Amino acid sequence: MNILFANALWGRITLDAFPHELIVAGAGIGMVLGAIGVAAGLTYFKRWKWLWREWITSLDPKKIGVMYLFVATLMLLRGVVDAFMMRAQQAVSVGANHGFLNSDHFQQIFSAHGTIMIFFVAMGFMFGLLNLVVPLMIGNRDVAFPFLNSTSFWLYAAGAVLINLSLVLGKFAATGWLAYPPLSELRYSPGVGVDYWIWSLQIAGVGSLLSGINFLVTILKMRTKGMSLMKMPIFLWSVLGSMTLVIFAFPILTVTLALLALDRSAGMHFFTSDMGGNPMMYINLIWAWGHPEVYILILPAFGVFSEVVATFSRKRLFGYTSMVWAIWAIVFLSFVVWLHHFFTMGAGADVNAFFGIMTMVIAVPTGVKIFNWLFTMYRGRILFATPMLWFLGFVATFTVGGVAGVLMAVPPADFQLHNSLFLVAHFHTMIIGGVLFGYFAGVNYWFPKVFGFKLNEFLGKCAFWCWIVGFLLAFVPLYILGLMGATRRLDHYDASMGWQQLFIVAAVGVVFVLAGIGFQLLQLVYSIWKRKDNLDTTGDPWNARTLEWSTTSPPPYYNFAVLPEVTERDPFWAEKQSGRPAAKPVYKDFLLPKNSGAGVIIAGFAFCFGFAVIWHILWLGIVGLVGVILAVIIHLSNDDTEYVVTAAEIARVESGRKQVA
Amino acid sequence: MNSKLRAVLTTAGGIGLGLVVIVAVGSYLHGHHVAVFTPQGPVATKERNLIYCALALAVMVVVPVFVMLFWFSWRYREGNPKGKAKYRPEWDHSNKAEAVWWLVPLALITVLSVVAWNSSHALDPFKPLASTTKPLTVQVIALDWKWLFIYPEQNIASVNYFQMPTDTPVNFEITADAPMNSFWIPQLGGQIYAMPGMSTHLSLMADHPGDYRGSSANLSGEGFAGMDFTVHAGSQADFLAWVKTVKQSPSVLTQQTYAALAEPSRNNPVSYYSSEQVYLYDTVVEKYTPATQIR
Repeated sequence: MNILFANALWGRITLDAFPHELIVAGAGIGMVLGAIGVAAGLTYFKRWKWLWREWITSLDPKKIGVMYLFVATLMLLRGVVDAFMMRAQQAVSVGANHGFLNSDHFQQIFSAHGTIMIFFVAMGFMFGLLNLVVPLMIGNRDVAFPFLNSTSFWLYAAGAVLINLSLVLGKFAATGWLAYPPLSELRYSPGVGVDYWIWSLQIAGVGSLLSGINFLVTILKMRTKGMSLMKMPIFLWSVLGSMTLVIFAFPILTVTLALLALDRSAGMHFFTSDMGGNPMMYINLIWAWGHPEVYILILPAFGVFSEVVATFSRKRLFGYTSMVWAIWAIVFLSFVVWLHHFFTMGAGADVNAFFGIMTMVIAVPTGVKIFNWLFTMYRGRILFATPMLWFLGFVATFTVGGVAGVLMAVPPADFQLHNSLFLVAHFHTMIIGGVLFGYFAGVNYWFPKVFGFKLNEFLGKCAFWCWIVGFLLAFVPLYILGLMGATRRLDHYDASMGWQQLFIVAAVGVVFVLAGIGFQLLQLVYSIWKRKDNLDTTGDPWNARTLEWSTTSPPPYYNFAVLPEVTERDPFWAEKQSGRPAAKPVYKDFLLPKNSGAGVIIAGFAFCFGFAVIWHILWLGIVGLVGVILAVIIHLSNDDTEYVVTAAEIARVESGRKQVA
Repeated sequence: MNSKLRAVLTTAGGIGLGLVVIVAVGSYLHGHHVAVFTPQGPVATKERNLIYCALALAVMVVVPVFVMLFWFSWRYREGNPKGKAKYRPEWDHSNKAEAVWWLVPLALITVLSVVAWNSSHALDPFKPLASTTKPLTVQVIALDWKWLFIYPEQNIASVNYFQMPTDTPVNFEITADAPMNSFWIPQLGGQIYAMPGMSTHLSLMADHPGDYRGSSANLSGEGFAGMDFTVHAGSQADFLAWVKTVKQSPSVLTQQTYAALAEPSRNNPVSYYSSEQVYLYDTVVEKYTPATQIR
């Protein structure tokens, strides 16, 4: 009776669910202590109310953006520590030595690394930047659906908490970052690991889909007067393309995860290898999401680079129209290449050749973008500021990664490269050199806009060079190892392979990357400490071109006292060139959304639901599900969601701003 | 730090790093055994040549990118004495120039597409290799976590090791009685997935005698890293001698011994079976189909 009751209350949670291994326990305890420390600090400084009012319930996209960046940075630290542990293991686990991680733990680590880096680092940085930049760049005050935006963030955060909870309670999936069945089915992975994977992604993924809709509508419907589509900065075009992909691709992920969850939790057979299920279907579906996902991440990074290269070359972006077409060519093509992730599954030659050719064709619009960027530099006046360094580093690494990609697009060549460390090196080249460098450039570039002071340039450059050197040391050996026949995800290999030297070099590379991240954190802390020396009093620290620079740094909570009007592509640059004094503004009342706690409450219930399914706790599942539904209904029944910002209030804030400036 | 010094450091740093990487990679590749670049059979040789061909085409785009990247960074740096480098802040498009970088890459990709189409068909793993010698059939079952090789014609089987005669096409029939794996012998040719309930095919041939390493390229669970095996290619006589040795093994592969073997185990030693249950491979493939399961 007691046992039955305990099962009903706690589901599958037993004392065994807590970590027994030293490393896991250490990480878990560290995480719990960190959380307790933060909570204690908030209590001691009496900051809970402030946190709730100013941040948690805020619908201001600038604040939501900062929260995204905060979570993404924490996740980056977790992801890179995972990376270090993997490479350290591979550097020592040779022959008789089996390293310091057992196979299962090693496999959990690389699964967590991939999942976290894609879903919680790259996606987090992307939506963070979008929140910070898009409303300002379109010359408006908010996104189309402010409450939805907050909900998206909190769903993302709930997913992040859930995935990290697997460190303290139970275990994570040991099935790779895409959890291919049948390995991820109950028969081969009976524990809670894959369930953690499913539900953290499911919750965060719904948040991403909602964000995609939100930003698409924002860009299409809320641009300021005069900003026709062909006058939008390329960043906005890139975001529009990326969000289009989100809207088409993320429902596929949601359904695929749901089917896998039904297999695991309800005994169904969509993807099992027996009883009529078909794992190949899963592999197709997951990549029908997964390949567009790569472009979802990279397109906004391309957009950042387009802004950065024009600003720091002091020149209009070259080939604007080409750029727009290139973006939409990439958007379209990214949906017809998914099969190149499994040429080795045995589809016929016709099918393989078709997908191989489509894959190569993507290289054309991507190449066009690179040439356009280079010709933006041509006959410009290039300033080697930190964002520009990230751009230059991106062109160099991304081009090399592109070559590796073209090699693997030829199906029979891919038979020799697939699933090897060559492949691992390729996609890290694209995602570090493309996505991450892009977001680093973006953070360095827009930081003064958001916080009102610049990041330290010297430390930023130290970070850049550590990253570049670390990246080369970490991944060039992997290209060679792949060609030597080393497959990915090995926790041990024989000494006779002759791979150890290269694995050691790769591990040293990770140390350099860690140093790069260290410099970035130092840059942040030092810049906050010395912020008085780096204040941006003009609102335009880089002599930039687009609307976000025309307001103060940081912008007032309403971004623009009077919404700007646009007549050309680089409106702020043109205004500065014309030298016209600004007309005396006439302030009018406008509406802004009130704070709302509904987003965090919905996400909290969604978290409970996910947790309950993972651990088979029926009552909590019902609470979570009913809670989500009720919270949505209650929030939607509330019509009192906006407040008036009066002309007098604007005048008061504006006169204060002028004095600072 | 003045802007000139900054430009010097950035450009020189970039070029310097690039050169170091090229020299380091070149000298390393020279002195070490790189499986994919040292093929020992026709399939692997053609696949290596394809890699070279695609690489050559891609480099035609990459070299100009790198040249322009460093040249433009240097020449158009802020602080370069004016007059030396033009500054045209409003110049933002050129139909001719843009046509070049739409069309030239497109032309290169068209060439590569033809190569991709032809090679996909020529090197289709399901296609038997052309040869005057009668091909050998080897059935491969990926298990948790070892490889079982069955010779239906010779009526023998082995674990984690097998032999094949040189200059004889080998038709592999591949399945898994475990999660998905991938069967890969880099020096003989590219990989193909081994999936439960599915039978994939791969045709390979060895030109030269030797021991070649194979492994599973796809994660299949805890013991996955230990799933490597050796294939020995030798003369026909060597092969027949090996078959004789295997025939002397006391173990036989029956449904029962197979079931025991299929239990998860790691880093299995090489073992031989002097006979195999007829149609074992087909039984293993079919046991996953609903018709077999729902009785």
